[in-house]
Amino acid sequence: MSRIVNHAPWLVVAVLGAFSLGTVALARGETINALWLVVAAVCTYLVSYRYYSLFIAKRVMRLDPDRPTPAARHNDGLDYVPTNQYVLFGHHFAAIAGAGPLVGPVLAAQMGYLPGMLWILAGVVIAGAVQDFMILFISMRRDGRSLGELIKSELGAVPGVIALFGTFMIMVIILAVLALVVVKALTNSPWGFFTVAATVPIALFMGLYMRFIRPGRIGEISVIGFFLLIAAILLGGQVAQSETLAPLFTLTGIQITWILIGYGFVASVLPVWLLLAPRDYLSTFLKVGTIVVLALCILLVAPPMKMPSMTRFIDGTGPVWSGSLFPFLFITIACGAVSGFHALISSGTTPKMVENELQARFIGYGGMLTESFVAIMALVAASCIEPGVYFAMNSPPAVLGSTAEAAAQVINNWGFVITPEMITQTAKDVGEVSILSRAGGAPTLAVGMSQIFSELFGGKSMMAFWYHFAILFEALFILTAVDAGTRAGRFMLQDLLGVFFKPLQQTASWAGNLIATGLCVAAWGYILYQGVVDPLGGINTFWPLFGISNQMLAGIALILATVVLFKMKRERYAWVTMVPAAWLLICTLTAGVQKVFHSNPAIGFLAHADRFRTAADEGRLLAPAKSMEQMRQVIFNDYLDAGLSALFVLVVLAVLGFAVRTCLQALQSDRPTAREIPATGVVAEAGD
Amino acid sequence: MERMKSNLSRFRGYFEQTAKLMVGVPDYDTYVEHMRVQHPDQPVMTYREFLDNRLEARYGAGKAGCC
Repeated sequence: MSRIVNHAPWLVVAVLGAFSLGTVALARGETINALWLVVAAVCTYLVSYRYYSLFIAKRVMRLDPDRPTPAARHNDGLDYVPTNQYVLFGHHFAAIAGAGPLVGPVLAAQMGYLPGMLWILAGVVIAGAVQDFMILFISMRRDGRSLGELIKSELGAVPGVIALFGTFMIMVIILAVLALVVVKALTNSPWGFFTVAATVPIALFMGLYMRFIRPGRIGEISVIGFFLLIAAILLGGQVAQSETLAPLFTLTGIQITWILIGYGFVASVLPVWLLLAPRDYLSTFLKVGTIVVLALCILLVAPPMKMPSMTRFIDGTGPVWSGSLFPFLFITIACGAVSGFHALISSGTTPKMVENELQARFIGYGGMLTESFVAIMALVAASCIEPGVYFAMNSPPAVLGSTAEAAAQVINNWGFVITPEMITQTAKDVGEVSILSRAGGAPTLAVGMSQIFSELFGGKSMMAFWYHFAILFEALFILTAVDAGTRAGRFMLQDLLGVFFKPLQQTASWAGNLIATGLCVAAWGYILYQGVVDPLGGINTFWPLFGISNQMLAGIALILATVVLFKMKRERYAWVTMVPAAWLLICTLTAGVQKVFHSNPAIGFLAHADRFRTAADEGRLLAPAKSMEQMRQVIFNDYLDAGLSALFVLVVLAVLGFAVRTCLQALQSDRPTAREIPATGVVAEAGD
Repeated sequence: MERMKSNLSRFRGYFEQTAKLMVGVPDYDTYVEHMRVQHPDQPVMTYREFLDNRLEARYGAGKAGCC
């Protein structure tokens, strides 16, 4: 009887969730309120956390509260510190939340909010949160070792190197795509560019202040920095109005690209305390703070969803990104549903600080559920602006043309009502000259956020301020990621290259540093540049590539988890990781193969190359190429992109092959072969 | 009242710890306490050295970014 009573409240939550989900799913034509999505999402999270994550913790992992965690065994007060679970949750969440869950859902909104929402919810419960939780568990049982090391020790040295190489490639693509988002947001936007550029002197000031004036006062300097940021936004508004200053900060995409490349290089060789660390403080606190405020605002404003629940573009003809719902929706929304990058975080700092094994459930599974909620909020923000405005902002110039009149006509033909005045008025409201073709998520999200925020604070006159606040918020943490990522990429590259040429491996040597940094910046800078000159807007081409690589990394992480379950002789529960791994492999391999071989030039790189080759043979020029030289460049890039996609597919297939072999060996063994640190293992003295 | 006050200060302590750990700085007092109890014979880093040490750990070799 008491068991029934215990479950009764959860039944209520489940019914409420199902009802909300039904309301969202069955709405046809009529506008529904965003709160239905929020309630449906939260109920789904609660029920899955209460039942599914508990099942995984108890049955699949058999978490043991008495087993010493790495923090307990190696406690050194520095890397390994038993930490309160709420404190650690905050750290873990701040580490996994980034641009991913904000950009993907905005792009996916072109199919309407329903497909994206269903994938975010199903994906997080079955795949994303399971991956984060499992990798945290696996790493926690192995002294907090990293994903690469885990693959190496459980699968073998060769798959270890393959995975390391794959991770590096993913890093390059992620940096290029994130930088592209910034370029798209700041092109011809003096206000935006000034504000974001101002963060560099602000961060330098903070760094010097922390170093020489008041050492170590993180809280104090972060508050000062925050007020300086707000001042920079306000000043940016003045700059944009000034006739003499505005042209100085009105830059083309290509100019911004070169500035970013130069910045990335300089920033990642400067001492960390000077620029990177202080900007990291600002971006982290601003990110978490804005996410919390956005959640509260959505609850208070309860905006109606203006985007249809499903648009005609589920057939794959959408302007924002190309490709049909399957498989491309599932790679467009990566973080928020499932993200391979979290496997790196879950095998990074977090496992070294868990106080008690049981808490891994709250931090791993719960952290990812929270991240998923951020994705739902991004979807709401993108869907509560006028669909016509959404498509004006996210369709490439090759489709829309360059004037508000031309764009309005194209969008009206798609069946979304919009007038040229609405487009120019929206641009005016947010203090920009034009909002056309600003794909990449950040500007769209900024318009949505400025609409929601300005309803509560300041009304329409504040929209421009909130818009640039939102742009700053995203640009800031993207730049931090670019800077930190270049640094991390440099170390990875030095590791990889060191295999062939030893001296490069010394991370303290200046020559080695500069060469590796240069290579790393050149790699993402090259892709970024291609994205900026692409007439389809870059995002169209490169976001899928990012999604494929990120989801493939998730696939690899889940394959590792499956292998570990087999080696623990718990194969009867291996479906927990096999089902999501299989789904991710189906999606990413299909998408990867389609990106190479699809006959539609908008999707398949080879078809695109063919089109340009045919034109070149006939002596014709196709946009964006302005000369035969550039035509050949486009063709070369197509082959390069096709090669990358193919490479990713091969990496995953190779890891899968090794995994199947290891699982079969584990099945034949009559005892567990997983390489865990034994529960009663000798307590090692703190390793430094 | 007293109890509420102590609850509040404890909450503030957690808030500060969380914010600091978000940017990669664990609790300094915990570190000092650990050194005092476990390694009384070894020198303890000052807060500034501790921060530098953590900075190097966060951005030094072998760290990955976020998404």
